[in-house]
Amino acid sequence: MQYKAEIKVTLKESILDPQGSAVKKALHSMSYRNVLDVRIGKHIELMLSADDAESAGREAQEIADKLLANPVIENFSLEVQAVGGDAR
Amino acid sequence: MRFGVVVFPGSNCDADCYRALKSFGVEVRYVWHAEQSLEGYDLIVLPGGFSYGDYLRAGAIARFAPVMSDVVRYAEAGGLVLGICNGFQILLECGLLPGAMLPNVVPRFRCDRVLLRVENASTPFTGLCRSGQVLRMPIAHGWGNYYADDVTLERLERRGQVVFRYADEDGHPTPEANPNGSRNSIAGLVNERGNVLGMMPHPERACEALLGGTDGRWIFASAIQFLSGGVELGQPRVAGDGAIH
Repeated sequence: MQYKAEIKVTLKESILDPQGSAVKKALHSMSYRNVLDVRIGKHIELMLSADDAESAGREAQEIADKLLANPVIENFSLEVQAVGGDAR
Repeated sequence: MRFGVVVFPGSNCDADCYRALKSFGVEVRYVWHAEQSLEGYDLIVLPGGFSYGDYLRAGAIARFAPVMSDVVRYAEAGGLVLGICNGFQILLECGLLPGAMLPNVVPRFRCDRVLLRVENASTPFTGLCRSGQVLRMPIAHGWGNYYADDVTLERLERRGQVVFRYADEDGHPTPEANPNGSRNSIAGLVNERGNVLGMMPHPERACEALLGGTDGRWIFASAIQFLSGGVELGQPRVAGDGAIH
């Protein structure tokens, strides 16, 4: 089975986001005054071959822990779905 | 005395480090990132650059290069490791040093000369300096904004692991002297044992008067002095001697 794991990496709330602040400033200068805050993260898609959704999820979790997110500054969330064929 | 300069795909200060070290008359070899043995080296340099294009996060991919597991073993056995700029980022990513790098607080690449105050002059890399000495070195980075949580910071300060702080000419770590927003103006730090130093400024680019300064020589000369048996590797000096403010 093929699975798609979508991983969303975000900066921890306590951490300033210089990219987000720069984009916020740009939006304000474009007159989007309703924008209160901007935070920028990463969206990562992994295509995985696995026996079932659970093992695909386990592997994606391990990959995100080891490489995709840095736990000192980032959090991540993870969603796994079957791709094509029989989506049990 | 043999020094190794690790070369990752995207390293761009490897030749500068090689040349700087050579000027001290020591043997220097390049260590390719795919190599797996660091036997026979007295000091390993992780040079600056953009290893693996800085993709994902600066240093995130390099830390899984084959040579890195041996760098970790080498450091854990007490070997001297000096990470400069991207090398510092790699040391943070692989956990040999605590904390992480964020983009500079003003989100642009800073290429400049900065002043550093030596906070701890009893590491293998600063043994010839005096505490409070101000050194001038170049910086060139977009991700040099050092972050660690409050607990980690407090521990780093208490144990004297902060080796360099961005400062003004009088050695005061003012906000204006901090080029990237690093917490506590941290420009360089050592691990608890003192044998692994990470620093954002480039000592290898400050080793010849022709290139604008020679203050970087203090770092390499200190390491060589230490390796010649001139300096004991004790615990980093802790607050109380006027080194930490």
